[in-house]
Formats: sequence, C-alpha cells, structure tokens
Amino acid sequence: MEQIGILEGREKQIFEKKDGGQAFDISCETTSLSGSVSQRACVFCGSRVVLYPVADALHLVHGPIGCAAYTWDIRGAVSSGPELHRLSFSTDLREMDVIYGGEKKLYASLIELIEKFSPKAAFIYSTCIIGLIGDDIDAVCRKVAKETGIPVLPVHSEGFKGTKKDGYKAACTALMKLVGTGPIEDISPYSINILGEFNLAGEAWIIRKYYEEMGIEVVSTMTGDGRVGAVRRAHGATLNVVQCSGSMTSLAKDMEAKYGIPYIRVSYFGIEDMSAALYDVAKHFPDRPEIMEKAKEIVSREVRNLYPKLQKFKAALSGKKAAIYVGGAFKTFSLIKALRSVGMSVVLAGSQTGNKEDYLALKEMCDEGTVIVDDSNPVELSKFILEKEADLLIGGVKERPIAFKLGVGFCDHNHERKIPLAGFEGMYNFILEVYQSVMSPVWQFAPRKGGSL
Amino acid sequence: MKHAKTATQNACKLCNPLGACLAFRGIEKCVPFLHGSQGCATYIRRYLISHYKEPIDIASSNFNEETAVFGGSHNLKLGLKNVTQQYLPEVIGIATTCLSETIGDDVKGILREYMKESISRTGEPILIHASTPSYQGSHIDGFHAAVRAAVETLAEKGVPRNLLNLFPNMVSPADLRHLQEILDDFQLPSMILPDYSKTLDGGPWAEYHRIPPGGTPAAAIATSASAIGSIEFGSTLEASKSAAGWLESKFGVPRYHLPLPIGIRESDRFFGLLEAISQKPRPEKYDDERRRLVDAYSDGHKYVFDKAAIVYGEEDLVISMTAFLQEIGIRPVLCASGGKSGLMRKKLEALIPDLDGEGIKVRDGVDFADIEDEAALLRPDLLIGNSKGYTMSRKSGIPLIRIGFPIHDRFGGQRHHHLGYRGTLELFDRIVNTVIETRQDDSEIGYTYM
Ligand code: SF4
Ligand code: SF4
Repeated sequence: MEQIGILEGREKQIFEKKDGGQAFDISCETTSLSGSVSQRACVFCGSRVVLYPVADALHLVHGPIGCAAYTWDIRGAVSSGPELHRLSFSTDLREMDVIYGGEKKLYASLIELIEKFSPKAAFIYSTCIIGLIGDDIDAVCRKVAKETGIPVLPVHSEGFKGTKKDGYKAACTALMKLVGTGPIEDISPYSINILGEFNLAGEAWIIRKYYEEMGIEVVSTMTGDGRVGAVRRAHGATLNVVQCSGSMTSLAKDMEAKYGIPYIRVSYFGIEDMSAALYDVAKHFPDRPEIMEKAKEIVSREVRNLYPKLQKFKAALSGKKAAIYVGGAFKTFSLIKALRSVGMSVVLAGSQTGNKEDYLALKEMCDEGTVIVDDSNPVELSKFILEKEADLLIGGVKERPIAFKLGVGFCDHNHERKIPLAGFEGMYNFILEVYQSVMSPVWQFAPRKGGSL
Repeated sequence: MKHAKTATQNACKLCNPLGACLAFRGIEKCVPFLHGSQGCATYIRRYLISHYKEPIDIASSNFNEETAVFGGSHNLKLGLKNVTQQYLPEVIGIATTCLSETIGDDVKGILREYMKESISRTGEPILIHASTPSYQGSHIDGFHAAVRAAVETLAEKGVPRNLLNLFPNMVSPADLRHLQEILDDFQLPSMILPDYSKTLDGGPWAEYHRIPPGGTPAAAIATSASAIGSIEFGSTLEASKSAAGWLESKFGVPRYHLPLPIGIRESDRFFGLLEAISQKPRPEKYDDERRRLVDAYSDGHKYVFDKAAIVYGEEDLVISMTAFLQEIGIRPVLCASGGKSGLMRKKLEALIPDLDGEGIKVRDGVDFADIEDEAALLRPDLLIGNSKGYTMSRKSGIPLIRIGFPIHDRFGGQRHHHLGYRGTLELFDRIVNTVIETRQDDSEIGYTYM
C-alpha cells in the first residue's frame, strides 16, 4: 500500500492506545487545518441541524443560494403535524444585494413568507456573506416581529465564525428567547424536556413513549417533532434530559441558570445506555418510587423481548471489527457498548467535535491498539480502516463511499437516517443493519478480500 | 393582490462552485479546492456524493474570522501546501466562493506569489483558478468557468494535430463514455473535457486513492490549442464564456456549437458534424441505433402523443429535452430553469419557431414554488427533471421522470444515458414506461397486458 502520511499540524489530533504509550494529550476543539479535507461543516450547519426539526417555524436562510439549496430536506427529522421545516427558503442574494446590502430583500422575503405560510415563529440564519456585508439582521427581525406579531429570531450562524459547535450555541441562543414565553400552570412536577433528540425517523416518539409510560410528563421534545408552543412552555418542566452530542447542552445550562432547572446527560443508543437514560430520570423523582418501578418494568420487558432476537446476529458478528467516525463524541461511547454487546470490537473511534474530556473517556473505554482521532479526513480514515482491517465503518454520507470503495460494510449514524436507531427497537434496527452490511456476500468480490480489480 | 415574489422557495439550481468542483473532478490527478469557508466544501461534497456515490474530496482554505477580515492569502497558500503534501496532485483546481470573492482576494496574484515562493520545490502542481461567486449565476456557470479556466491555463500553441476537442457540458458519466465511444468509432483522436466518467463512476479499490484514477490529462488539455476544431454542447453557452470560444479567438481553433444531442434531429446534427470533420461516413453501428430508435418511436407513439409535460433543470438540458419531446409528440407546456442566461427563450425559438402557437411557456430564474404554481394551472401529464421535483410530483400526483443532476432518490443516476440515438432511446423507453405504469396504476382492473 502506498505510504500515506499525516499532515503537519494534525499529529496531535491522532492517538493510538498502546501499553505504556505516550501520555494522552490529544488536541481538539480547534478549527480545521487549511487544505485538509475535513469532514466537518460550518457554524450554519450546526444551527440548521439543531433547529431544523422545529416544524411549525419558518426557516429562512439569508445569503446566496448554496447554503439553503444544500440543506433542503436532507434530514430525517419527522413531524406529527406541520412540515414547514422540510421546505427550503432563501433570500438568494444576487450581486446587487451583496453590494448594496440585503436588508430590504430580507424584510420583503419575511413579510411575504409569513403571510403565505403563517408560521408560529421564524428563524433567520445569517450565512458567511452576511457577516461580511454587515446587514443588521437583528433590526430587521425586530421590525418584522412587531409587524407580524410572531417571534422572529435571528440565528447568528455565519459559517466562518467558528465550528459546527458554535452553531449549536447560536441555535440555543435563539431557542432561549422562546423559552419562558408560554403558560406553565398546568404542568406536572413530574415533568421533563427532552433536549438534543431530533426525532430522526420518529426516535423522539419512541423515547417519549417510554417516559410517559413511567408517568412522566414530557413538556417539550424541543427539537424533535418540535413546536414553537412547546418550546415556549419548556421552563415549566422539572428536569432537562440532554441527549449525547452536547448540541443542546448550552441551552440546558442557560435554563439552569435562569430557571433553576437541573439537567442530566443521557444517550438513547444501545441497551445499556437506553436503560440508564430511563433509570437516571427516575432517580430524579425519588418521592415517587413507582416511577422507578415502571422504569425497571420497561427495561426488563424490552430486554426480554430484544435479547433473543440479537443472538443470531451475535453469532455472526462476534470477532468483527468496527471503525467509528461520527459527529459528536458522546455517541461514540454508546456505539462502542452497543457493538460490544454483539461481540464486536472497535479499532477506530473518532469524532468531528469531541472535547478533551470526551477523548479521555474514550481512551479509558477503548481496547489496546484503538486509534482515537479528532476532525479526521478521508485519507486518514481510509488509512486506519485498512491498517486495522475494519469490517464496518459507522459514519455519515461523506464517509459511506470511502467504506464501499474499499469493500467495507457501512452503517449510517447521522442526521439523514430514515430508520430509527434509538431506544430498544432502535437497537434491533441498528444491529440488523450492521449484520446486513457486514455479512453481505458482495464483499467477496472486493479486491481486498481477493476479488479482482 | 399577488405581490411579486422575493424569496426563493425550493431552489431549482445550485451554487457556482459545485459546478466548478464537478468539472475539476474530470481532470486527471486534480484536486478541487474551494477558497472560502469549510461549510461550502462539505455541503458540496455531500451533495455530489449522494448522486455519484463515489468519494469526492474537496479541499478548502477554511476561512475563519481573521481571514475574512485580513484576506485569505495566508490560508490559501497554507492550504495549497497541505493539499500538495497529502494528495500529491498534478493539478489543483481552485474555485472561489462568495466569501473570498466578496472580500476581494486577488487570487491570481496570490497564486503567482505562491508559485514564486515555491519555485525551489519540485513536484508543485499546476494551479487552475476559476472565479465562481454564487451571487452571479448558478452551478452551470461554475462548471463552464472551470472548463474554460483549465483551457486558458493549460493550452499551448503547438504543431497542428489531427485532434478534436469536445466540451460536453454537465452530462452523466455514462454519456461521457458514450461520447468517447462515438469519437473512437469515427477514428477521431479526441480530447474530452471534463471527463469524470471514471473518477465519478469507477470500480472498487484495493487501497485508498487520494485522487481517483481517470480524468482528462493536463497534457491533453495543453494540446487543445492545436486541434482541428472544438465541439461544444450547450445552447445557452456563449463564446465569450466558453472554452471553445476562447480557443477560437486565441488560437483560431474553429468552434462548433451544438445543443446537447438529444432526439433524432439533434443527434443527426451531431453525427453529421462528425462526418464532416472526420471525412468518414457514420459507422454502421449508429445507423442501426438510429433505425432502432425510429422503430421505437413508431411502436410507442400512441402512448405519448399529445401528452403534456413540464421540463425543468439546467437551461441547456431543458432546451434539448424540449426539442426531443416535440419529436415524439409530447407537448412541453412549460420549460423552466433556475438558471438565467437570458437566452433560453431565444434558443428554444431557434428549435421551435412558434413557441406561443404551440402553447409552450418558457420561464427562467424560477424555483420549485413557481413551477408548482404553473403545474397547478397547466395540469401536465408528466414532469421531467431532476429528483428535486419529487415533492411537487408527490403532491400533485403527476409522475416524475428523473433526468440530469441531482438524482438523490433513485439508484444509478450517474449511469443514465441522455445523448445520441442510444441515450434518446433510453429516455424514450423510460417515458413510455412511465405512461404505461401510470395507466396501470390508475386502472381499476389491473391489466397485466398493456
Ligand atoms: S457561500 Fe456561496 S459558495 Fe458557499 S454554499 Fe453559499 S452560495 Fe455556495
Ligand atoms: S461556510 Fe458559510 S457560505 Fe458556506 S455553507 Fe456555511 S454558512 Fe454557507
């Protein structure tokens, strides 16, 4: 194999776990190196991801056409009602707008779209160009809010002003303006908000059902089958339950500071973490032991149902090796555990946006020889996949063709999924998909497995 | 009262640098590089990957706030150095985004500086730069800008050769292979640019190729100035913006400008031109293909005659599809494009003089909201265009025939033929089958024999 080097300036973003190996000092949370083909997106992407599932709001992208065109209905977040989020709106700036400013066009677009679609709120995303030409988006939003009577919320998501994580933050800032503006009188003290769960293929419904079965009121799923009205009432909940990636952690923190609502971090992937997510919430309501009782009941029922079904897969998958490269690092923990439960090991674990703590925790739980990477690129990923002889890659759309080209199974674990992977039923779907890809007979024709080129 | 529409709702176009990256992917050993922020490169990659299902590495100079304020010179140079180190390219195709264009980076100047600084380094790649701000034009403009930039950078005066240049426009990898086959059958040595028939539709790999095999070699592009002529597809592509136009004005290489050869008449025109250039008759194989196509037209005419269709997509594709639909008796009731060259109507008139009389509406610069509004009034039998019309198709119940780019909701978009007798036949089969399927679905009886 031709020698593939690591780029100067990236050495510290890669770590291999070895006995008595180097001290763990991974570098992360930096911007991507110029000229490296990062798998990462931009600030705007981060905001769009978080806010996208708010289905009764208007999402208007202020800038030239690309940013809006590329994000038109690409995600798997579903709604039980309105579907405004699945349309793509843009001010589609032209040269004259760039020269003379786009405020007029933004104003006219907003008025026209609000009239046409009667949204419950509007999110205005500013993209790179807007940061440059200096449109006063806030002023336009204020004006339109006053004229139309709905919240019109600027999302400061200029692509170049940071990383995808900063986009999460910008989205949370916008949401925080909605929280606290709705009535909360009739909300039960045994209530939660579900944060950072995007209802891909209906996952939020699965999770919500469990909690409701435990006797807990779910005030808002925030950005999973999201509704403006529910977000407005979110401050009435007793606890915030934040799903992995950390995209909504800043909102949870803000709500804690402002409304005194504590939060816990959970993950809904895999049997272990899904069960913990129910128990941890139940623990928060010790005065009602029946909540914990119910949680135990759900877990034992679901596991009893799921366990036998996984055995066939386990027999086939035991000893196979996986490489994981996903957006948030927290998800990686769950995936490692989930794969281990069917006998698979993990040889590469990486993320686009992990922080030091995440990577330390990863190091703790990984086996010897596992490679840990931050903000990787196709060249590196393929190098590790081949060197470590992975049978499976877990990633997103941009990673998929890398795996298939090299004759390696692949499983999507990103925002474009159309099959739910969360919860106990999701665990089944996930392992089924892993099985279907890893065990497919087509790989025998891959050159790596002895097929011809 | 209905106001003039301001916002774009579900765009029927993509942005400039996407087209440029696609064209650069069709040059051998070339890495596309976007001068701007990270997000654009990532979005364009995932968009292209969804259609072509191949790894597509696009580097970016990764603007941050400082870059946006102080200019992108440092980032661009560092980025080029890193790409060179990691990908060992022979060519780097640099496209500017809205951002770098707006801050007014003098990219040509920076590249000159970079080359001077790196004079001692060996193995430095050739740098091609295309200016592609998205607030001017759409993806197709970026595509042509990159092709032209490649020729401008590489073409050199040389001894005249028996060589034909072909600039095929944004066609599918399958079309590119077909075009190559045709030129080979005419025994015409040729240079097709871009050629992503392998880079975006290739075989399995034993190891990771930093740059996929395939593409037009830089050396071949260099010879384009000594060719006997350039054929260029694209009704709305003006000489002032095209590679063929530039070669003609600079080196006197004759430019032959044709619509995309879809349908019998336009294919005849293309084959006729090849006969004239090569001084050879059309190979028998294509006579056969033509005969089969005419035969299919007769066998299928009743299914399609007098059906009404809306055609949308890139202007050139729309124009040529319209001409083809006319041949088979389908009424194109609306020809729509998100592009806006200002030429679509004129070019359509050249093919179909009495547009209004035939009830053919032409609209450029539209989005899917506009097309949907029109569809509600026109109530066509068929929609013909890329995947993005699916929402409209689902809502209206009008079947969609997928052509062009992007095709994100069906398999094999990169292997669709559109060109020549063979491509036309494939299109015709699909259209007829769609009509049959619709009749079958709509029938209460469910005939198995239609
Ligand atoms: S900034 Fe310009 S180049 Fe980038 S995605 Fe938006 S439209 Fe395309
Ligand atoms: S980097 Fe800027 S221009 Fe590009 S997609 Fe992100 S916000 Fe849009």
